[in-house]
Amino acid sequence: MSSLRQIVRHPEFQRGMRDMSSVAPGLAAWGMMTGVAMVKSGMSLFESIAMTLLVYAGSSQLAAIPLIAAGAPVLVIWATGFCVNLRFVVFSAHMRPYLMHLPRRWRLLAGYVTADISYVMFTKRYHQPPQTAEERQTQLAYLMGGCATNWSSWQAASLLGIFLAHSVPAHWGLGFAGILALLGVGCSLASSRLRIVSAGVAGAAAVAAFAMPFKLNIVVAIAAAVALCLLLEKTPPFRREATR
Amino acid sequence: MKETDLWTLGVILGLAAVTVITRSFFFISSKPWSLPHWAQRGLQYAPIAALSAVIVPEIVMTQGHLVQTWQDARLFAVAAGAAWYFWRKKSSWAMLGTIVVGMAVYLALHLGLGW
Repeated sequence: MSSLRQIVRHPEFQRGMRDMSSVAPGLAAWGMMTGVAMVKSGMSLFESIAMTLLVYAGSSQLAAIPLIAAGAPVLVIWATGFCVNLRFVVFSAHMRPYLMHLPRRWRLLAGYVTADISYVMFTKRYHQPPQTAEERQTQLAYLMGGCATNWSSWQAASLLGIFLAHSVPAHWGLGFAGILALLGVGCSLASSRLRIVSAGVAGAAAVAAFAMPFKLNIVVAIAAAVALCLLLEKTPPFRREATR
Repeated sequence: MKETDLWTLGVILGLAAVTVITRSFFFISSKPWSLPHWAQRGLQYAPIAALSAVIVPEIVMTQGHLVQTWQDARLFAVAAGAAWYFWRKKSSWAMLGTIVVGMAVYLALHLGLGW
């Protein structure tokens, strides 16, 4: 196992930080609005700070905030958080071969800090899991560099939102910058026709299934898109593309 | 602002555990197993699907319904952001520009015209 210092000093750590910094402003605007939302829902300063630092998952925080304010049963709040986070379960299946070389406690830490964008940027750069010790080190350094920038920009912005909650005008809609950050990353992934199909199917399915509780429409949309792309891979128009 | 209470802190701790469990789900166990080959292949379509599933409802829906008007700042902001991305694809400003151009269009239409 490589030491933390070796990872931080690895050139790929810098590279991961740099790649992430191009979307960080959008994530920061989103983090700030999440901070504002916590305080405006009536949570105390301490509770809001604890939530952003510990939970570190924007979508599950946003889903839990109104439930906490309403005093919903604890199990309902946790189950909601779990369902909203179900996409991470899919991501973890993808990340498994990349991380299994680590001891469990480091795997859990790596999993904990790997939010949506960190996962997407990482799998965009590394299509295959590492084979050698050197590749393991390189890939882990890139992942952690991205996570470091993602974590610090999100947390700094979220704390700013908590402290400025009553002076940030909510009607400006600054949180929309988060969607634009995701859009930029999405565009960068649109590198093959099947991936564009995947995006189209998932987008349409997410709208069609929007009425489902706990944001399950997102999981349904991912499942539909992946299943359809696997079927299309076998058809003549896409066969050559899929074997690349 | 309310006072801090233990119930809320307990809920927050549980949600933090939910973050760890969901993000690590398939690598919590150290037992050796691997996904079937077709599932491995399929997962390469998951990241863009997940992004699209989050983004699309946020730009074409309002309170659970499809937008009924084209006078919506989000539609133009997304079009402008995506146009920037594909125009400046090769540059290191592609992603940051998507956010900046998209927000400029969004704020101009949203605050300026009330769309």
